[in-house]
Amino acid sequence: MGSVSRVGSLIPFLPRARAEKTARRAAERARVRDAARREGSPSISVRDLSLSFGSTPVLEHLDLDIQDGEFLVLLGPSGCGKSTLLNCVAGLLDVSDGQIFINGWNVTWEEPKDRHIGMVFQSYALYPQMSVRRNLSFGLRSARVPRAEIAKRIARTAEILQIEPLLDRKPSQLSGGQRQRVAIGRALVRDVDVFLFDEPLSNLDAKLRSELRVEIKRLHQKLGNTMVYVTHDQIEAMTLADRIAVMKGGVIQQLDAPQDIYSRPANRFVAGFIGSPAMNFIPGALEPGPPPVFRAGGVSVPLDRYTFDERGAVAGPCLLGVRPEHVTLGAAGPGRAFSHEVEIEIVEPMGADTLVWTRLGELNFAFLVDSESRLKVGERAAIGFDPGRASLFDEATGDRL
Amino acid sequence: MADASRTVAGPRGPRPRPTLSRRNIFLYGTLIVLALYYLVPLYVMVVTSLKGMPEVRVGNIFSPPMKITFEPWVRAWATACTGLDCDGLSRGFWNSVRITVPSVFLSIAIASVNGYALANWRFRGANVFFTILIVGAFIPYQVMIYPIVIVLREIGLYGRLSGLVIVHTIFGMPILTLLFRNYFASIPEELFKAGRVDGAGFWGIYFKIMMPMSLPIFVVAMIIQITGIWNDFLFGVIYTTPDSYPMTVQLNNIVNATQGVKEYNVNMAATILTGLVPLVVYFASGKLFVRGIAAGAVKG
Repeated sequence: MGSVSRVGSLIPFLPRARAEKTARRAAERARVRDAARREGSPSISVRDLSLSFGSTPVLEHLDLDIQDGEFLVLLGPSGCGKSTLLNCVAGLLDVSDGQIFINGWNVTWEEPKDRHIGMVFQSYALYPQMSVRRNLSFGLRSARVPRAEIAKRIARTAEILQIEPLLDRKPSQLSGGQRQRVAIGRALVRDVDVFLFDEPLSNLDAKLRSELRVEIKRLHQKLGNTMVYVTHDQIEAMTLADRIAVMKGGVIQQLDAPQDIYSRPANRFVAGFIGSPAMNFIPGALEPGPPPVFRAGGVSVPLDRYTFDERGAVAGPCLLGVRPEHVTLGAAGPGRAFSHEVEIEIVEPMGADTLVWTRLGELNFAFLVDSESRLKVGERAAIGFDPGRASLFDEATGDRL
Repeated sequence: MADASRTVAGPRGPRPRPTLSRRNIFLYGTLIVLALYYLVPLYVMVVTSLKGMPEVRVGNIFSPPMKITFEPWVRAWATACTGLDCDGLSRGFWNSVRITVPSVFLSIAIASVNGYALANWRFRGANVFFTILIVGAFIPYQVMIYPIVIVLREIGLYGRLSGLVIVHTIFGMPILTLLFRNYFASIPEELFKAGRVDGAGFWGIYFKIMMPMSLPIFVVAMIIQITGIWNDFLFGVIYTTPDSYPMTVQLNNIVNATQGVKEYNVNMAATILTGLVPLVVYFASGKLFVRGIAAGAVKG
């Protein structure tokens, strides 16, 4: 086997030797992929991946498994390494260390074209001199797909994305939304295993963004492909993802379903990053009890309904995180373990709800009320929240308790 | 006016400016002087080239020809003597064409690929390579003349047109590579990435994606190279033999001939003939060049 392939690589200009080699590889690859699918092993597997630009580490010992057919969103602030990770998976960046598998096949050192991926870029990256039709067929022509097959696939893609009337236009004659549709089509037409999206909607205005978001979700439901989607927009992440990987500083902070990330953030960073308006953090101390109580300034919050992790309640300084939308107005009662009277400082109507700023102890504290409620500045009101929905973080490490 | 005065009181419209303001006089004065500075010599050349020798001897270089004759042009092209040969500039013209055309194509072909590789494929040592190339642009030609003579002699190309073509190609490399590298670097990187994901290789991306987007810079490079190589005198006189002298060298030999009378009219005609090619290139491609820039400026 080894000697055969060596002879093949010595005479790469012989088209037959080349074609045979390609066919052999494709067959081997298909076999590995089918085996991987049968075993239910991950579609994309990133193992101990590290990457540095010069001496600056961007990704460090990163591990990630993406299941077959899963929609995974990489979410994080700019510079967190999410796009870098995606580019590594695509093969557009050479990794410093570690391995990447796609459908059980080690692609760490393979060219992007051999990874069976399609990619959609933020700036659309349509070839400006080619018509939409030729943009779509470029990859297929590069792979020497027969002409009839190309026509068939373009027709199918154009139908799925409803871009049939645009096929003979140049990219410069398209609107932003149409361009991004064509860019998605360019990935779609190639029948790839994995779709990679690099902030595909960031260049569009808000209305188009939500339209295309729904369309991408529909596409995923229809095709069932594995999709990896990079964004810094938490709404996109929450709405699209099966699972979200929240990243910061080249490290995955939390990898979970959107609802779990929202309601049980793994650390202070995730808690503050997800949710809008942002979570309130109250520094204080935990008294293990029983029952455990959180004390800060003159406020004490009973935590008997809070689910601690396996370490249980340990005495020490910590932060209590409360989402503005979990705060309710009204006095404490049987179903409400905590209540406190506050003075209202600022009222910000936002249409659907109203954001109210007040002080809890010395700290700014925001909460959402229904837009119908007529709270006035200077008024005093009793507010409360369900401690079971709050989050507690270790003050030193920032980890959830 | 009545309506306007109701909303805005007082005079309206741009502030009137006297035609003969100090600013205008200075501006147009400078432009006219500069234009004359360049146009008067050209006028003298054209006028003189259309005069017969008796009229030239009268010595009034600014007066228009009394009797227009094209004989000096014909002589300059076909029969003017350089040493023993008396076939005018025609031989030099064709030599220059045979030098310029391959040099331009070769240098642009190589430099554009260089620039593309440097801009998009960050290969190991790319920066070192680029630095060497740029430093090369600052080394004075004189330093390299004799070593190149030796190199050409050793590879058996000294005195041949192909040798001169190689020299021109090499000397065009630093500036052209820089030009192409900067242009390709300005093309969004995602386009290049998309090409790679789509399965195009080094050459596929170059020919199918980068090159069709880069017409303006190819035109710029062609202008630089055609005028530079056509106007070259130094390399032409050093690396060729009298048989294959380019037009510029032959022009010098005609104009500086020390025997016989100085035929100023023929000299003028010969000079204009030699300068014609770069002129035509400027006029013809200048338009294309502007159009190319404009087309490239539209966001695709």
